[in-house]
Amino acid sequence: MKQPPDEQPNLTRRQFASMAAAAAAGFVLTACGPKRLYEMPTDRLKARIREMERKYAEEFGTAVTVADTPPIPGVEFAYALDISRCIGCRRCVYACVAENNQSRNPQIQWIRVLSMDKDKGVDFSDADPYYQPEQVPQEGHFYVPVQCQQCRNAPCTKVCPTGATWTEKDGIVVIDYDWCIGCRYCMAACPYGARHFNWAQPSIPKDELNPKTHYLGNRPRPKGVVEKCTFCIQRTRNGRYPACVEVCPVGARKFGNLLDPASEIRYVIENKRVLVLKEELNTMPKFFYFYGT
Amino acid sequence: MRSVVWGACALAVVVGTFVARIGAGDAGVPVRAAEPQAAQAPPIQEMERVEVPPPPFSEGIYPCTACHNKDMPVNRTRRELTEMHTDIVLKHGHQWCLDCHDPDDRDFLHLADGERVGFDESYRLCGQCHGEKYRDWRAGVHGRRSGSWNGHKTYLLCAHCHNPHQPHFKPIEPKPAPIPPSRTVPR
Repeated sequence: MKQPPDEQPNLTRRQFASMAAAAAAGFVLTACGPKRLYEMPTDRLKARIREMERKYAEEFGTAVTVADTPPIPGVEFAYALDISRCIGCRRCVYACVAENNQSRNPQIQWIRVLSMDKDKGVDFSDADPYYQPEQVPQEGHFYVPVQCQQCRNAPCTKVCPTGATWTEKDGIVVIDYDWCIGCRYCMAACPYGARHFNWAQPSIPKDELNPKTHYLGNRPRPKGVVEKCTFCIQRTRNGRYPACVEVCPVGARKFGNLLDPASEIRYVIENKRVLVLKEELNTMPKFFYFYGT
Repeated sequence: MRSVVWGACALAVVVGTFVARIGAGDAGVPVRAAEPQAAQAPPIQEMERVEVPPPPFSEGIYPCTACHNKDMPVNRTRRELTEMHTDIVLKHGHQWCLDCHDPDDRDFLHLADGERVGFDESYRLCGQCHGEKYRDWRAGVHGRRSGSWNGHKTYLLCAHCHNPHQPHFKPIEPKPAPIPPSRTVPR
């Protein structure tokens, strides 16, 4: 039968099949699978968050909120730690574990306090994270707590094959746990050992769960994803100080907006002797160490 | 004919979703109510009074004038106390009580020039000698502040952390060390 002149010729069976397959694949990729936070339409994100909250509430037997608070315009967070004050008491480590729902067993701690010899200065080859004297500070030692340095030029975000980790507009390097495939390239890339992997299903006692969570921060993680310090994104985006800042008994930890000339962080940078760890790697951390005295 | 329409539909879906993804990706932040701008903290005025929580008095010690009133004559001689306040060990330079406490009204402290200051303003007294620390403290860099990084902050007095009579920090017990990696995963 002859085709009318204005109509296109029929597709072959093969062409149709491949087009249908492409359409199906496109639909699956875009609509069904998880999406990075900012690629999701708002209503889908809300639905995803509701679903998450329901799942967590079921698991932990308490109402859990998952926030998606965006960065505050005109804010870039930075941190400063006074190594002349730190006494190595590890209060920050445990405040962080409680605030950010880190696994108790297997143990994950985002902050690692290194004990160093005063005679040798900041020397990672001679640092001891497992010190356990009766009392701190020990004679002849000083302490350097290390956590995510929130680099401007973050090596971890460059190596991620799925785009599951990136730098937010307020300078926080975040991880979308739904996108992390657990390849641990970022852990290999991080020069500070700041990233931690959930080798097993994380365990958090039900009564110790912090129910105020953020999508990109302290929401309970599944097995097989990488996690790290987020400057307490669930607190700081609402104007609060990070948990480690609040708990430090000697006030060695300082936090604020780098773009605000009146902030304490700017005062530190302008008036104190400041250093960053492994400066030669050009990672440009936003986590500064200083000598307050 | 039907297959052409199907094919066109499928193509439209693929292209449409692709465009939508790119568009959403570029936007960076999804459409959500913007939060208010970070409040700019006012510049630190040198003599501005600082809001602090109540001074950390030992229980039942304040007001001092409950005992140190008109009935008790003031002994201005520098000496070791033997009858009262024997629990106070003074390890703070070469000071003694009346260098800081006001002899004529014990509910106050006094500066070197004789100006009376309340216990809630004791930072001015400490700042006479520890000027550098005082400056850092005002800027929120020495010591601790609570509140919010972009808004209202409360300071702690020097005496909240340092015992003014022996200001050096006492060593404390550290929290447990992390478990070395070989033993982290349960067997």
